[in-house]
Amino acid sequence: MAEPTACVACLRRAWLLAALGPYVERIATGEVGSRSPELLRLSNEELVEVSAPKVAAQLLARIEALPEERLLEELLLAECWACCRHGDLYPDSLRDAADAPWALIGRGDSRLLDGLEPFEAVTIVGARRATSYGREIARELGRELAAAGMVVVSGLAFGIDGCAHRGAVDAGRTIAVLGCGPDVPYPASHRSLWRRVCEVGAVISEFPPGSTPWRWTFPARNRIMAALAGMTVVVEAATRSGSLITTDLAADLGRDLGAVPGPVTSRASAGPNGLLASGAHVIRDAQDVLDAMLGPGRKRIERPTPALDPELQAALTAVESGESSCDAVATATGLSGPAAAAALARLELLGYLTCSSVGTYSRTLLSSASREPL
Amino acid sequence: MLATARTFTLDGISARPVRVEVDVHRGLPNFTIVGLPDAAVREARERVRAALVNCGFEFPLRRIVVNLAPASLRKAGPGMDLAIAAALLSASGQLEWEGLAQMALAGELALDGSTRAVQGALAMAEAAREGGAQAILLPAENGPEAALADGIGVVGVEALGQLPALVAGEWDPPRPRPLPLQLDPPPGAPDLADLRGQPHLRHALEVAAAGGHSLLMIGPPGAGKSLAASRLPSILPPLSPGEALEVARIASACGRLGAGLAGGKPFRAPHHTISAAGLIGGGSPPRPGEVTLAHRGVLFLDELCEFRRDALEALRAPLETGGVLISRAGGQRSLPCRFMLVAAANPCPCGRGEIDPDCSCAPYEVQRYQGKLSGALADRIDILAAVRQPSAAEISGAPGEPSATVRERICAARERQESRLGAGRCNAEMTPAEARACPVSAKAAALLADLYARQRLSGRAHDRALRLAQTIADLAGAEEIGEEQMAQALQMRRRDG
Repeated sequence: MAEPTACVACLRRAWLLAALGPYVERIATGEVGSRSPELLRLSNEELVEVSAPKVAAQLLARIEALPEERLLEELLLAECWACCRHGDLYPDSLRDAADAPWALIGRGDSRLLDGLEPFEAVTIVGARRATSYGREIARELGRELAAAGMVVVSGLAFGIDGCAHRGAVDAGRTIAVLGCGPDVPYPASHRSLWRRVCEVGAVISEFPPGSTPWRWTFPARNRIMAALAGMTVVVEAATRSGSLITTDLAADLGRDLGAVPGPVTSRASAGPNGLLASGAHVIRDAQDVLDAMLGPGRKRIERPTPALDPELQAALTAVESGESSCDAVATATGLSGPAAAAALARLELLGYLTCSSVGTYSRTLLSSASREPL
Repeated sequence: MLATARTFTLDGISARPVRVEVDVHRGLPNFTIVGLPDAAVREARERVRAALVNCGFEFPLRRIVVNLAPASLRKAGPGMDLAIAAALLSASGQLEWEGLAQMALAGELALDGSTRAVQGALAMAEAAREGGAQAILLPAENGPEAALADGIGVVGVEALGQLPALVAGEWDPPRPRPLPLQLDPPPGAPDLADLRGQPHLRHALEVAAAGGHSLLMIGPPGAGKSLAASRLPSILPPLSPGEALEVARIASACGRLGAGLAGGKPFRAPHHTISAAGLIGGGSPPRPGEVTLAHRGVLFLDELCEFRRDALEALRAPLETGGVLISRAGGQRSLPCRFMLVAAANPCPCGRGEIDPDCSCAPYEVQRYQGKLSGALADRIDILAAVRQPSAAEISGAPGEPSATVRERICAARERQESRLGAGRCNAEMTPAEARACPVSAKAAALLADLYARQRLSGRAHDRALRLAQTIADLAGAEEIGEEQMAQALQMRRRDG
């Protein structure tokens, strides 16, 4: 089994990136950091020269002077480990990229990276500002893919990312890639999710412990997410969004792209619908992901499909056609108020529906409509 | 000369007896009131002086000391004018009134000697009876409400000038007719028939009313939440005479019992800017808050999320115990407040709800808002009802079932509860032990166990589902909780988070 080890030069690179945070921020604004992955191809000297010419010499000297023991001690104190591109643990999938990170700093289970092949991992990305539809799909995809043995990779952000992780931590393995130190839960309100991911999976980053996120570090971490997995699935994204940076990067690396179709009127689904138009795989559920990555029918997700009573079927159909409250379902189906309530409760118990905290129902992916192969 | 009379000071909603002692003796003309009077009591000097003179009595130019005993109790309000004036007349020898010490008097005086109504006349009449007084003498306006108290004579006087005739036995006014206590909602009150369509909301209201469960309605503005809440009193079981008297006592203490109880169960809908003290009562002297005014009725909190956090937090204990304990420097007062909580909120800050494509709220805003919603009394609310905009067809459709029909079912369900739990109790008040003793059919139990295992329900949520299911079974007249009823209860229960 590969041990997490890193050479001192690669570690120093990580610390250099952290020190360059504000300088790169200044030159990578505007077209927010879609430039940052290109910048990261540069060598230490070049990078410092373009981003911080005035203090270049001092910075380089300071980083060069960092003793290895101190770096290792900082890793240890933050309960982190590191692996570099010269080590065995470093995933081969990352070596494909010209801008691959020199070192990966991680927290949690380092074995997840050991021999990780692209076809074993799926990256799920999407908008922070997601609808309940997108969140539900992301959670289901995360759960079913993790249950099917895939490693679910995402970015721990609000919205789609967080839901994908939430689904995955309950069912299997997941990796969160951060734009800050792996010991920094970002966003802060995802602290408990971050902790769960550390327990059942791993949190990785190319930045040293304690470093803070910058705007340019998010596109930078997106390239790691894109490279790690054989397929990148976009659940919901607006037309100009960070998620689409990830898909561009993934496409550059020759990885598969998948997109979850959404209403054509929804701004939140404009991104994935656009990707579908340009040829991305249609992702309706986890089975579609497996079919696209491993070949049709190579791995099947088994789901029980009990026959439903006519009342339940009517209520389910009503929710599928957009009714969300119990009153609306009762009116649409002609059931009495109590009967509609009972039907919805049963459907929720059977897992077909979820109920929000404000009492509105939405459909889950469980044996959802039209499962004919495309 | 010394004379004493009995009067009262209002403390919360109860009357505390106060003995008025008036001493008139020689010395420089002076008029002093001692015994912790507040400003209104102290000003009685001027009112009493003018009233006496304007009624043809003489204001003694001597040294007058009025002591209000017990000296440690703070006296508030203008209701002691009449007692002070009567005792002063007796002490100065203008009125030979041997029975004065056995009489209770309460009333404010106008400068011309006529009497003005006081607050809390009913509580005062009851306190007079407890204190062994023969009769209570009050302003005529307060007569009907004081007459609600049995076992004590009630005399309504129009003016101070009537006292000599009364004392001499020349005038013997009849006992005023007691105020009619309205047990049922008055005709013309808002009726549930106005709620058209919306079968689920109607069912939720019915279950809430039948079991006394608290209800939270969530829906966009204009969907009918306030309309539904205001119809609740009309389907609640009628007040019992004892309960009506409690309601009357509170209304009387707040001076709201003018021409009679407005009708049936109180319905209070305080604005969301209300303070904690306004909601549960407070101030010095303590005054009842909205929860007490809603006693035996409905407290409706519209825009639940806009209420101040501290105000909502203050509601917890009253909801649990059915009483408010107000602790102030002067001591503790407990006020009754058994009410049914009904709340309404929008699904998100813009009100449209996330489902609506026009919803313009950012996810974190929605998250924060819903966090507030689940934080606000989450563990005190039994039923969650999502309300949606009724369709045009529903609005123009046939009127719904009228309140009277619904109320019959609810009364029958309440009877079943009372026969099981004891008089005056309802399912919402069941203890966890009682809830777990509810008869549950095997299939219903399996349904609950399934949910319990799947969603890691808390014990409290488990018991709440049982209480709700029991109410639905009571409405259906079932002996045990069936599967269908359990499923309905599980749908109605409040989701956590």
